[in-house]
Amino acid sequence: MSAATLLHVEDLVLHYRTRQGTVRAVDGVSFDVRRGEALVVLGESGCGKSSLAKALMRLLPRNVARTGGRVRLGDLDATALSDERFRREVQWTRLALVMQASMNALNPVVRVGEQVAEPLRVQRRWSRRRALARAAEVFELVGVATDFLARYPFELSGGMRQRAVLAMALVAEPELVILDEPTSALDVLTQASIMNALKRIKRELGTSFILITHDVATSSELADRVALMYAGQLVEVADAGRFFAAPAHPYSQMLMASVPRLHQRARPEAIPGQPPSLFEPPAGCRYAERCPYRFARCAEHPPAFALGERHRARCWLHADDGEAGGAP
Amino acid sequence: MSPSAVPRPDDAQAPLIAASDLHTWFELRQWGFLRLGAVRAVDGVDFTLAHGEAVAFVGESGCGKSSLARTLLGLHRPTRGEVRFAGRSLGELKGRALKAYRAEVGYVQQDPYGALPPFLDVRRLLAEPLIVHGVRDRAERERRIRAALEEVRLSPAEEYLGKFPHMLSGGQQQRVVIARALILAPRLVIADEPVSMLDASVRVEILELLRHIQCERGLTLAFITHDLSTVRHYAERIFVMYAGRVVESAPVDDLLDHPQHPYTQALLAAIADPDAANATRLREVPAGEPPSLLHPPAACRFHPRCPHFMAGVCDRHDPPDFEPRRRHRSACWLHR
Repeated sequence: MSAATLLHVEDLVLHYRTRQGTVRAVDGVSFDVRRGEALVVLGESGCGKSSLAKALMRLLPRNVARTGGRVRLGDLDATALSDERFRREVQWTRLALVMQASMNALNPVVRVGEQVAEPLRVQRRWSRRRALARAAEVFELVGVATDFLARYPFELSGGMRQRAVLAMALVAEPELVILDEPTSALDVLTQASIMNALKRIKRELGTSFILITHDVATSSELADRVALMYAGQLVEVADAGRFFAAPAHPYSQMLMASVPRLHQRARPEAIPGQPPSLFEPPAGCRYAERCPYRFARCAEHPPAFALGERHRARCWLHADDGEAGGAP
Repeated sequence: MSPSAVPRPDDAQAPLIAASDLHTWFELRQWGFLRLGAVRAVDGVDFTLAHGEAVAFVGESGCGKSSLARTLLGLHRPTRGEVRFAGRSLGELKGRALKAYRAEVGYVQQDPYGALPPFLDVRRLLAEPLIVHGVRDRAERERRIRAALEEVRLSPAEEYLGKFPHMLSGGQQQRVVIARALILAPRLVIADEPVSMLDASVRVEILELLRHIQCERGLTLAFITHDLSTVRHYAERIFVMYAGRVVESAPVDDLLDHPQHPYTQALLAAIADPDAANATRLREVPAGEPPSLLHPPAACRFHPRCPHFMAGVCDRHDPPDFEPRRRHRSACWLHR
């Protein structure tokens, strides 16, 4: 693991127990995030990307069937920490999460500023005055007027509430912030201005991000690297320039071709078929059923082939040009 | 196949539905009698849709596009102005005539799961409109239900007839919603954000399907959407709405390639096509947020956020529709 690596995830697993059987939501995911880098985890609904966020944050529901894998944050082996120590030493202060639709989860009867300041008061035991002063600074950073500190959530628009939630995640200056679909419920212009705020924060504070989204266009607004997830696994991890211009995995290529583009006349093409069930994913390549390049070997489960520095694709087509093993 | 290759009925250019000076306001009251004002959801909208035309109404949330859709469907009564369908004013329709109108207009809702009662199977879901509209013969109903499923490519139909909504994927659910909207052979279909709840790879499929059926049947299709990037291939004309009004309308390519209204220009500039370079540049976004429809700004609704704001003009006088390009209208004083 190189010195620039902030987060190192190896073979992460999260399975749920349900009445219908075991759901293999995260099924052996490995990746790295460097300091100051933004990794986008891209995937369609049900591919396990939100579960990935929860597994990293250790916010697990009760029906967990199996968890596993190693997570290193800087020089800290997060897997070795007890839940209590993880909560006290990592959550919010080193690793923060903005959950999907969390702007609707603000406490309606507590002023926004108090809620944003809370991680500092609880985790760092700061005084109310000091924590509020810091909250005001972060409000400015995310583009909310500081007089909104004293308002209640219902007095804020959706975009402003989303910024407040973002401020809450940033207030304790974590090294890594996980954003789960931070703009998907918002309008186009609001989305663009929140993405602007994130770019500025990344540049000025050097915060690292994991952005989880289903929206390819939004993902390109922040990504240094892209990890594409399909049926519980990463199928390709690449630098953004490579991924958006010349992706290697057939699913990546077809996903890019299915995106309607505003400024181009090329007609988008749908991907036929549906993702496999996560109850009993196919033993071979999970994308094989929808893949036009399918051949005999796809009945075996493909490893991730390295195609160059920090570029891997889980596809037998690359068996000749890459070495097997490691991430994704 | 290319949708434009499909021949149109002869009356292609005759208007099917027209709105003139349409206003839909919702009165706000406290304790049931104290009038607090009105939410001006639709506030002076004019347009004419021809037979067999596909159009899109585009705008951000709260711009009144769904209220417009519901007014066209006859679910809200206009506060002022009127909607004419095939020459008759909606306001005059009552009883049987109103019911007949409902059969002429199909509605595709935004959230397919919410639009399908969970305790009805697909057969019963599709039978419902037929029963309501008096198709008594069971065999006839069955025939039409199967044909509708085949038309939305849920085939073979037998496989889907007995399924309940939760057993279908999001894309399949939306196909059932579309089948239901089409089963009474409407002349107009209104689709309110038909793909916003679906995954990227499924979106295109559903849009293609709607466009294909629209061309095959020669029906008029009105998309309501917030996503400009999906309209290019699926509509012929676009109406851009802002704060209850249509600020710009034009044929789709002309609007996307030569936007005239500053609001449309801002919207287009805010939307990214996937490109790694996006991450390194900030986008220009007009300050502020869409106005409250309870107290919208005077005159041009966009003037408080507009980069080209002209004091004494934009905040004083309502901009009329100018036609800066052929068939391209824009309500902005810049074109004076």
